[in-house]
Amino acid sequence: MKPSPFAYSAPTSLAEALAVLAEAGADGKVLAGGQSLLPILNMRLAAPGHIIDINRIRDLAFVRVEDGGVRIGALARHADVERDEPAHDVLPLLRQALRLVAHPVIRNRGTTVGSLAHADPSGEMTAVLGLTGGTVEVARQGSTRTVDASEFFVAPLESAVEPGEMAVSAHFPAPPPHTGTAFVEVARRHGDYAVCGLAAMVTLQQDGAIGLARAAYISVGPTPIVLDLSEALHGQLPDQADWTAAGRLAQDQVDPEPDIHASAYYRRHLVGVLTGRALREAAGRAV
Amino acid sequence: MTASPGPEQLYDVVLHVNGVLRPASVPARRLLSDCLRHDLRLTGTHVGCEHGVCGACTVLVDGRPMRSCLMLAVSAEGHEITTVEGLGTPADMHPVQQAFRECHGLQCGFCTPGFLTTIAAFIEENPAPSEEEAREAISGNLCRCTGYQNIVKATLRAAEITRSSGRGHTTSAASRGSKHPKDLDQGTNP
Repeated sequence: MKPSPFAYSAPTSLAEALAVLAEAGADGKVLAGGQSLLPILNMRLAAPGHIIDINRIRDLAFVRVEDGGVRIGALARHADVERDEPAHDVLPLLRQALRLVAHPVIRNRGTTVGSLAHADPSGEMTAVLGLTGGTVEVARQGSTRTVDASEFFVAPLESAVEPGEMAVSAHFPAPPPHTGTAFVEVARRHGDYAVCGLAAMVTLQQDGAIGLARAAYISVGPTPIVLDLSEALHGQLPDQADWTAAGRLAQDQVDPEPDIHASAYYRRHLVGVLTGRALREAAGRAV
Repeated sequence: MTASPGPEQLYDVVLHVNGVLRPASVPARRLLSDCLRHDLRLTGTHVGCEHGVCGACTVLVDGRPMRSCLMLAVSAEGHEITTVEGLGTPADMHPVQQAFRECHGLQCGFCTPGFLTTIAAFIEENPAPSEEEAREAISGNLCRCTGYQNIVKATLRAAEITRSSGRGHTTSAASRGSKHPKDLDQGTNP
């Protein structure tokens, strides 16, 4: 199918975009990569009155190592972030997660900030923002606010970005030293929406034992679920750690919904298995 | 905006397709895939699912494969588009086209344009892929005939041809130099 008619603006600066958004109000919808928005328009699941295409605001196509982390502009494509070596050095979790975001061709066009703003409960980057305790910079004409990951994801497909506002960039803080990360998921086919997935982060103490173990889950709740699983693993050496106990601890704290792809029981099962797998992988990378 | 009846506003765009500047007058909602096929009559780009799943409509945008059904034609202005028509000719086939012929990488051919553009860009980036990498590279394209085995073979063969001939060919249309229609004001392309 084809999109229904809409008014169209293609601003070339952020100031211009915010002015158009202010005027468009609730009718306005920002188009960045469009890899989620265009299917929605094509299938006529939504019919926004005014599309504000930000693809000409080249200033927003940046990936920067900044403030002890990585800042990603609203027009940086997933593929740009995935291939950015300085960003990878600071936060390998970005690339680990991005390799599971749809297919390479989709990542060439889709943007990381756009996928955050889309707030799909199965979006890998929502878990990365949640796990790292990142923030999103949200602007409207005349003002800018910084929203914590814990506040940014409101409900399925609903972020904290309000009418007249636009997500301008996201900041992903780097983890503390001696931390390893991993992203694992199970999908029906490679590149499909995950039935269950998680980003994991393990920080080792000076003596090599596990200090902190945290994980953020996708596709098991309306928004990414961030869990601290340290109590199941604290003080254990990675090669002898009780990963199963960490998986059980995680299972106790999630309440997944069934859908046509998986029952709630199966999703909970995956939470247990994948938690152990991801934490072990993350611990193996911690140096 | 109120959805008032009446003629839809048209935007005059000039798209840079296969090395040629092509003007078109399109509504903002015209998908790049439809613009290529209907407005520019480049019907080599096929349209399958129109929501980014099947990959048949994949074209190269500044050398990178993208879904033309998930782009607006008005967004494509100022970028170099390469469709399957721009990859090669029967007399001077792109290594991927040659490999698909040699390896019988197609049956009905509907998905083929998307595979060709995707693989052309892939082997430019990774000229010596493993079979696993080749499978990953084509994982976003659906084929309902072949069972993929020969497409994987063709991918590896295309890389082999590229390596042995030493010709990186993907963005050929662009690198061959632009050919402009006589009546087109070249100054209009941003």
